[in-house]
Amino acid sequence: MKMKGAQIVIETLIEQGVTDVFGYPGGQVLDIYDALYTSSDRISHHLTAHEQGAAHAADGYSRATGKVGVCFATSGPGATNLVTGIATAMLDSVPMVAITGNVAQSMIGRDSFQEIDITGITLPITKHNYFIHDVNKLADKIREAFRIAKSGRPGPVLIDIPKDIQTAIGEFEPKPVAEPFPLPEPDPARIAKAVELINARKKIFIHIGGGVIGSKTYGLVTELADKVDAVIGCSLMGLSAIPTEHPRFLGMQGMHGHYASSMASSKADLIIAVGTRFSDRATGNKQKFAKNSDIIHIDLDFAEINKNITANIGISGNIETTLKAILAGVEKAEHPEWISDVNALREREKSVIPSVPQLDPYFVIDAINKTVDADTVIATDVGQHQMWAAQFVNFRKPRKMISSGGLGTMGFGMGAAIGAAVGSGNKTVLITGDGSFGMNLNELCTAVASGVPLTIVIMDNGVLGMVRQWQTLFYNMHYSSTTLGKRVDYVKLAEAFGAKGVLTDTLDGFKSAFSEAYNSGGVTVIDCLIDKDEFVLPMLPPGGAIDDMITRKGE
Amino acid sequence: MEDKGSSFVIAVYVDNKYGVLTRVTSMFTRRGFNIDSLTVGVTESPEYSRITISMSGDGYARAQMLNQLRKLFNVKKVEVLEETDAVQRELILVKIKNDPDEHQRVLSALDIFKAHIIDYSVEALCVEVTGAPAKIDAFIEMVRPLGIIELCRTGIVALQKGGKNMLESPDVN
Repeated sequence: MKMKGAQIVIETLIEQGVTDVFGYPGGQVLDIYDALYTSSDRISHHLTAHEQGAAHAADGYSRATGKVGVCFATSGPGATNLVTGIATAMLDSVPMVAITGNVAQSMIGRDSFQEIDITGITLPITKHNYFIHDVNKLADKIREAFRIAKSGRPGPVLIDIPKDIQTAIGEFEPKPVAEPFPLPEPDPARIAKAVELINARKKIFIHIGGGVIGSKTYGLVTELADKVDAVIGCSLMGLSAIPTEHPRFLGMQGMHGHYASSMASSKADLIIAVGTRFSDRATGNKQKFAKNSDIIHIDLDFAEINKNITANIGISGNIETTLKAILAGVEKAEHPEWISDVNALREREKSVIPSVPQLDPYFVIDAINKTVDADTVIATDVGQHQMWAAQFVNFRKPRKMISSGGLGTMGFGMGAAIGAAVGSGNKTVLITGDGSFGMNLNELCTAVASGVPLTIVIMDNGVLGMVRQWQTLFYNMHYSSTTLGKRVDYVKLAEAFGAKGVLTDTLDGFKSAFSEAYNSGGVTVIDCLIDKDEFVLPMLPPGGAIDDMITRKGE
Repeated sequence: MEDKGSSFVIAVYVDNKYGVLTRVTSMFTRRGFNIDSLTVGVTESPEYSRITISMSGDGYARAQMLNQLRKLFNVKKVEVLEETDAVQRELILVKIKNDPDEHQRVLSALDIFKAHIIDYSVEALCVEVTGAPAKIDAFIEMVRPLGIIELCRTGIVALQKGGKNMLESPDVN
């Protein structure tokens, strides 16, 4: 059937199962928005305040649902505003399709108004990208983009569509939803070696990353841990894969990881890493990482094997079949000494947990944990509050932690939380800081307009806390540009956007404000005043290893 | 990290499409790879271009280069061409000063290296030499004292020895 390119875009998205798009219109996507207008009964568009918010929303949507997130932007500044959001998705392997308009092909290369080479700009931050030259190839290119975005290790794909392609008449025939490319299967010889190594070891630590969530192998991971009497830790991206209260789960490892988790990984005689890339934030000093243990590295992406950490056995390919084969091969074992060593570490960790209830990060998150249900999505921005959330939130189901890991994007939270709420249909809590919130708080209007059930908790300390912490520890307390020195009235701000605003300076005040906000189903901003010198602990200093861990202030 | 590594040649089959070379070279920049030479041209199959990359590095750099190339969507086949297992050639054009007093030295150098004179004028002679990269290096050193005005090298092209087609053969590296 013949139709305009712009209509082909919308028909292909619908055909590929897209129900929600986040975006912002403009001169070179007018035709696409016109097609969207006439198809609004079949696909919903969520207008954000800024294209960056749209990209983060598509990302958050994807992280919460596992589906491909989609965002639209116009040419020029619209397209460049997506860049941070696309890069964020790339670093955390989030499947996303970004569609941008561009000037007509006859205008390309002439520095036309709002012309930018967005495929050139996004080359290093996309899994792949396209500039469309032919309206008759448009639908297949979009299908291919979806296929690439969700195949193997997922990632963002950008499609740049010049204006003349949007208005040209082309052929469209519906096709089925694009299936991902088949996953490469692991090498059985390596699995046999891994099985042999696991059977020979007594102190096994399983380190998981986001790949376990993507491959839905959390059940296999806990089964393996049970069978070989291992304990489990994770990277930031692996959070929520395993329930926080699972008896074998020690929490996040690394720069701000749980004491017991980081220590146990350094004492293990075998680390089985699954779906993770050994980020420098997870390993600390690579030369000193896992000195005492061998490493089995299992990842979907062959290029991750031996990239950051050299593994004794690297197994690339399908994580699910790999874990199943290993599970079938290993012998049931019990290692009571190891478990008792780990339990001693856990006891020591418990001893540093704050015991006097007050309005501090630990008790704020404790109150959140006690209020929210298991389906609630927790989104964060980036900084101290993010690490506190990673350490203290009680996750009960996968895909409930929405946080920018690899790129560490301050300002990610608002858009991502909105996208996650839209995608999951669940109540969502954004834990943010006054620094991060300030970056993209304009999306409050998007949250209000979308009618999402979103509670925003600002850990408000008036400083850029994470940078300040480094300045305290390593820069002679030179608080260069980290004291915000501008008192924002977040209550008035929230109200100005049509949301509810509450200021709290006591724990009891926070508890009741949060409970009311959470149960209201609307958008509430809770300005939660905390001390500016709260630290995120433990901490591995830069370049440090587990032995250098700072666990208490003043150490 | 003592090992500075050796130089090696990588052959890459890519889709013969607009922008693919940029994707490949953008990846070099992003991952911090330094390459010595790069050539690109059509192949036996019009759908594909072949990129020949010459670079040096240790085993880590070599493995990373292969892995990162193989991740690119438009890359179809990547292989290291070991010196013992492949033929390598490079072409050079050199413009040498036409000094009547040095005529005999120039001509004997050209003769030794089987160079052809492809343009002759009062001021200069332009010559062409093909050969393995080491031969090209040696030729440049030989004629440098005679006065090189300009030179231009193509970079390495290489093929595996024997009857195999690389695209149709399984990965060996």
